[in-house]
Amino acid sequence: MSHRESNWRAEFLAELKKQHIQVEVSALATMPLWQIPAKHWRSAAELAQGLSARWVSGWAEQHSGQYELNTLFAVRGDFLLLRTSVPESNTELPSQATVYPAANRSERHAQDMFGIHFLDHPDNRPWLRHKAWKKHQYPLRKDFPLSGDPEPVTAPDMDYQFVKGRGAGVYEIPVGPVHAGIIEPGHFRFQAVGETVLNLEERLGYVHKGIEKTAEGRTPEQLARLAGRISGDSTVAHSWAACRAMEQAAGIAISPHAAFIRGILNERERIANHMGDIGAICNDVGFAFAQMQFTRLRELWLRSNRQFFAHRLLMDCIVPGGVSCSLTDEARATMRQELKALRKELDEILPALDLNSSLEDRLLTAGWLSEKTAAAFSAVGYVGRASGQDLDARRDAPCLPYERLNFEVIVESQGDVASRLWVRVREIFASIKLLRQMLEQLPAGVIQTPWQTPAADSEGIGIIEGWRGEIVTFVRFDDNNQIARFYPRDPSVVNWPLLEKIVLNNSVPDFPVCNKSLNGSYSGHDL
Amino acid sequence: MLRLFVKTLKTGVVTERFRKPKQSELEQLGIEVKRHIDKYFSGSLAIREVDAGSCNGCELEIHALNNPFYDVERFGIHFVASPRHADVLLVTGPVSRHMQTALLRTYEATPNPKWVIAAGDCAACGGEFGVSYASCGAVANVIPVDVVIPGCPPSPEMLIKGLLGMMR
Repeated sequence: MSHRESNWRAEFLAELKKQHIQVEVSALATMPLWQIPAKHWRSAAELAQGLSARWVSGWAEQHSGQYELNTLFAVRGDFLLLRTSVPESNTELPSQATVYPAANRSERHAQDMFGIHFLDHPDNRPWLRHKAWKKHQYPLRKDFPLSGDPEPVTAPDMDYQFVKGRGAGVYEIPVGPVHAGIIEPGHFRFQAVGETVLNLEERLGYVHKGIEKTAEGRTPEQLARLAGRISGDSTVAHSWAACRAMEQAAGIAISPHAAFIRGILNERERIANHMGDIGAICNDVGFAFAQMQFTRLRELWLRSNRQFFAHRLLMDCIVPGGVSCSLTDEARATMRQELKALRKELDEILPALDLNSSLEDRLLTAGWLSEKTAAAFSAVGYVGRASGQDLDARRDAPCLPYERLNFEVIVESQGDVASRLWVRVREIFASIKLLRQMLEQLPAGVIQTPWQTPAADSEGIGIIEGWRGEIVTFVRFDDNNQIARFYPRDPSVVNWPLLEKIVLNNSVPDFPVCNKSLNGSYSGHDL
Repeated sequence: MLRLFVKTLKTGVVTERFRKPKQSELEQLGIEVKRHIDKYFSGSLAIREVDAGSCNGCELEIHALNNPFYDVERFGIHFVASPRHADVLLVTGPVSRHMQTALLRTYEATPNPKWVIAAGDCAACGGEFGVSYASCGAVANVIPVDVVIPGCPPSPEMLIKGLLGMMR
């Protein structure tokens, strides 16, 4: 770690002081918390950007009679939570979206759900708000009941102002929310000339099912179950992030044994999803061989999941204080054999992909994402890593078991669909190595540490590298062991806007493969 | 190219046998089949899958139906791109209010006779999300449902049994 990285927070503080911005310094369990006046919200972001800090997450909260706004910044593993508050009577503050494009949709989220008014926001159209709640209603305000007062049939949102393309030969293609394949709902609006995409706009929010609101008042066990259903493909990573945040708030340290089991679950989830998607990406360009082989391997993998952990997708294995399952010595031996067999299979299949010229023809240079754009939009996960963003929470914000393991963070700079695919192939091998180490080193111990009621108002932030990228989950408790605020930031939140960038100048028929190579979660984004 | 054929031959056929389930087996699995439709669709079922608010867990298992182990196409079951081509709507998720009109329109766009399968616990009863300002809960709260396949998510075996139970 360079001198600059380790000191960026000190430099940031000095810069803030130079600008006469008052900073109230305190700390959470894993990072400093600085509170600044609302009027300096944007200037603080400008200073952070000057120090090349990454925008990680942003969320609002109604807390102690005011609205608190949070932005999480980081340089590598040095996180910093910046907070400000505005009174309930006047919810205005400067927008950070002109500085950090990644803050754009996050601020629109706070605008729709809390009624925060961001001044000089570059795009203040509604985002999660369609027609399920009325104009001056804000579902995450404490006085809004969970039941709301919906109409018998919620009307479709016909008022959204899409960007228009004009000129001879420009036409528009609306797609969704119900798509042609077996995928989640969302709307895409293309402007095209001939086959070439001139512009793409996403309209999400269709699967918004009130996860943040539903979470309020839940017990820790109930929250872990809900977190496991934010995005079904990331059930392990999301429930781990939520449990980690809750455990931080309650001051609980889980046993090393439970931490290793969590690590095993997380890497198994990564391999399952990577295999499924590699097959699907090849299938999107008509290469059925890879699709059949990888769906076969995935199926075998999921069957082992059921054998080892009693659930194919590993739901509800992670609980507050630890895990709900363990591994017998016999199961560990079987899993080692399975890893060996998987390696052998991959060694046979991958050369057929690597040497296939028609696959190369379709994937190379398609859906290119430059390093510059990836950095500007705070890209995470394999999308970022295929475009030179050397980020991995397993290394940068390590917890047990990762701090005891050796692994390589796969980074490429090519930035196209092929690169995102091969980064994921290499991540499978890295995960196999991690699984081997964890099976080898699995320490003895209890699977669950008893829960302790957290102090009133205590808060925690869980950061976990799921297969899609870094998940950041914020939790605050009330005075009764119940959740007062829950905000999980799925990696899709920062990666979705990049799809609009990577399809530009590609042909319309290449959209499915570009989309699949990014594979954002609709459900994880819409909450 | 040679590698590709070698691997294909070496893998062989992994597709597994499935017999059509008896009524008692369906009951045991909690799969609820309200009507018999064999008269109309014996031998073929065109399915339009609609995610009406699911967490994507059910979709992953529905995808698995097309893998070489289950290979549902051999039973005449295939997934189609448009409700206009469908006999059956396979609906997952609690129906989010933002998807309510889309689901109703998809239902209207499906020609008669048509059947609706609610797949997964959320579709069956609202699951973890229930009814709220943002969620209509069970699929049956929005459109009529003929078959319910429970599970979080339902395993591919459960889905196949439910589908075959429908075709009898």
